[in-house]
Amino acid sequence: MALQLDARPPATPAPRGTRPSRAGRLSRIDAKYSPYLYIAPFFVIFAIFGAWPLAYTFWVSLHDWDLLGSNPTFVGADNYTRLLADSDFWHSVVNTLGIFVLSTVPQLLAALWLANLLNRQLRMRTGWRMAVLVPNVTSTAAVAIVFGVLFGREFGMVNWLLDLVGVDGIEWKSNRFASWVAISTMVDWRWTGYNALIFLAAMQAIPRDLYEAAAIDGANRARQFWTITVPLLKPTIIFCVIISNIGGLQLFTEPRLFHSGTNAIRGGPMRESQTMTMYMFENAFAPYYNFGYGSAVAWLLFALIAIVAAINVLIIRRLGAGARPDTGKRKGGSR
Amino acid sequence: MGTFPRHRLAAVALAATGVLLVTGGCGGGDEAAGDGTITLTVDVFGQFGYEQLYQQYMDANPNIKIVERGTGGNLDEYSPKLTQWLAAGKGAGDIVAIEEGLMVEYKANPDNFVNLLDHGAADLKGNFLEWKWNQGLTADGQKLIGLGTDVGGMAMCYRTDLFDKAGLPTDREQVSALWPTWEDYIATGEKFKAANTGASFLDAATNTFNTIVLQTAGNAQGYHYYDTSDNLVVDTNPAVKQAWDITMNIINAGLSGKYGSWSEEWVSAFKQAKFATIACPAWMTGVIEGNAGPEAKGKWDIARVPGNGGNWGGSHLAVPQQSKHKDEAVKLVKFLTSAEGHIGAFKAKGPLPSSPQALDDPAITEATNAYFSDAPVGRIFGEGAKTLKPVYMGPKNQAVRTEVENAVRTVELGQRTPEQGWQDAVDNAKKAAAK
Repeated sequence: MALQLDARPPATPAPRGTRPSRAGRLSRIDAKYSPYLYIAPFFVIFAIFGAWPLAYTFWVSLHDWDLLGSNPTFVGADNYTRLLADSDFWHSVVNTLGIFVLSTVPQLLAALWLANLLNRQLRMRTGWRMAVLVPNVTSTAAVAIVFGVLFGREFGMVNWLLDLVGVDGIEWKSNRFASWVAISTMVDWRWTGYNALIFLAAMQAIPRDLYEAAAIDGANRARQFWTITVPLLKPTIIFCVIISNIGGLQLFTEPRLFHSGTNAIRGGPMRESQTMTMYMFENAFAPYYNFGYGSAVAWLLFALIAIVAAINVLIIRRLGAGARPDTGKRKGGSR
Repeated sequence: MGTFPRHRLAAVALAATGVLLVTGGCGGGDEAAGDGTITLTVDVFGQFGYEQLYQQYMDANPNIKIVERGTGGNLDEYSPKLTQWLAAGKGAGDIVAIEEGLMVEYKANPDNFVNLLDHGAADLKGNFLEWKWNQGLTADGQKLIGLGTDVGGMAMCYRTDLFDKAGLPTDREQVSALWPTWEDYIATGEKFKAANTGASFLDAATNTFNTIVLQTAGNAQGYHYYDTSDNLVVDTNPAVKQAWDITMNIINAGLSGKYGSWSEEWVSAFKQAKFATIACPAWMTGVIEGNAGPEAKGKWDIARVPGNGGNWGGSHLAVPQQSKHKDEAVKLVKFLTSAEGHIGAFKAKGPLPSSPQALDDPAITEATNAYFSDAPVGRIFGEGAKTLKPVYMGPKNQAVRTEVENAVRTVELGQRTPEQGWQDAVDNAKKAAAK
């Protein structure tokens, strides 16, 4: 049975008269402009909720703007020059990148491995696939509060377990590296399953015959995974990396709720796990209410995300280029 | 890179904007019900103890419905929310509570609030301690932002069961006699520690530090971080350094349980009886009862605070300009801050009145608190209230206090030495004040 893959509309019959009818004109206008109308909602909404706040934040960042004050004064790039010399800001940048690397790398590797497992013949396959998504549908706040308690210094379960095996309790909230690890655990617990499902979907789109051919050639499972699965997943991996970047660098709820009590927004007494978004909040809102300075943090965060995303894409392209199998001759898989 | 990631991104973006559209529809706002009832929203933090008073007011004014938000919440979370509501011109309640440490910042932009002097509040001046009244007044004396609720008269709350276990006296008079000064308090703590009860002597050095600094500053020149001309004097004010040094002695003696104040661990430590004493402004009694729970009833008692007097906290009630029912709101504020209102709140949750009439009322002077082993709370807290020496709070008080307390915390956790901690406190306070 032949499948019709050509989705173009059937050819229009030749016009009857020399002058186009009204209906014809309308349909030409329709064909020409309605696609724009169809995609307009996205752009309109994006302009209102995306572009406009972005521009407004930039405008605010050029002012000395007290959140409650009525008369902001224009100060040009003053907020930015002060920010670039602000050691607490750079401290938060390092925290953000540290937590990001600690969480994203293991997370994507684990997701890849998990997806590979789920892609095999398993009993209750759908059940397993649903199960990995469960952490993701839990409320972030609930997760953060529970983990905050688990990682408590004196009453936390993690330190209790460590104590059972004879390890001294760790100051999870006031030791910089320990707090990064604790927060990364939280992020991974939540997002590994989500990424695994995306990888799984992409894996299922890889033609089976590639694996069959590789098996005939004597490639074992690991070899198949690294030379077929991973290279063909490249676009998906790039997608996941970029999404993880955006989420990871904007990390707020987890580290914020990991700490409780007074000044939780500092992320520990010496800002051990204060991320950039937390620093932004601390400045734009309590206790400083310096809206202009906070907006400048937001813009530098935006710049950082753009840079990190660009670096990621470059690295992944480079990695993928060498290992790409020659699929050029196989057009249109036949099954 | 293939084409589909772009589609995916667009799909994700579309889905995200869809979510935004759905959630964007929600928003605060007071609704006028069809039957003419007016709903007044009151925004508070912690425990103000107004529930009974609301009921009383609603019974007397059937057209008014009162809703309280934020009960039991943390001041740290409440104040940024309030500021956002004021900045956005939308979302704040008809009545909002303002803590004294933040009053200066809100007073700097008085137009966000109804000037209560325009609503006949001037006649009420005699109903408040003079300094409490002045705290609500702008520098030029032309605008009254808030009417006073409570003051934070100081005491020391302690657990009798832990004192008993450590072989210390449990009777409140005898306990008070243990610590006329903070040095004596530390000496008592060392005895307590030597008895190995499994609990610490106090909850957190930060709370104790704040108590001491408000005391030393109140007894000296009447200001701590800022002088009365709004110059930052953290490094030169001897009252601050004195309080710092006492606190360092407490930390060095190993008396602190290091439970970060107001954190979940702090609450757990209350529940599990992990510390024996806590510096206790009048409003703290409500917090202790809430955190330690009913099972600890009768195990707490209240003694005199070491050193002399001091005031920590206390609030005002204000009406934001954005309220749609300003007149009704002002009326309710006047009721809640009347002597009757102060007494009602005190009975419910313990905040100490700032009204001299209420302080003299037998309902206060003879009040006892069953939770605290029937301690005569009215007498303990009320005694010094009228002679309280308040501490002036400068423009960035909250931010500066945060920095200094954080420095205490880093020393307490062993991250910094006392000398490094002091340097941090001074440097970071200067940085905070300049922001």
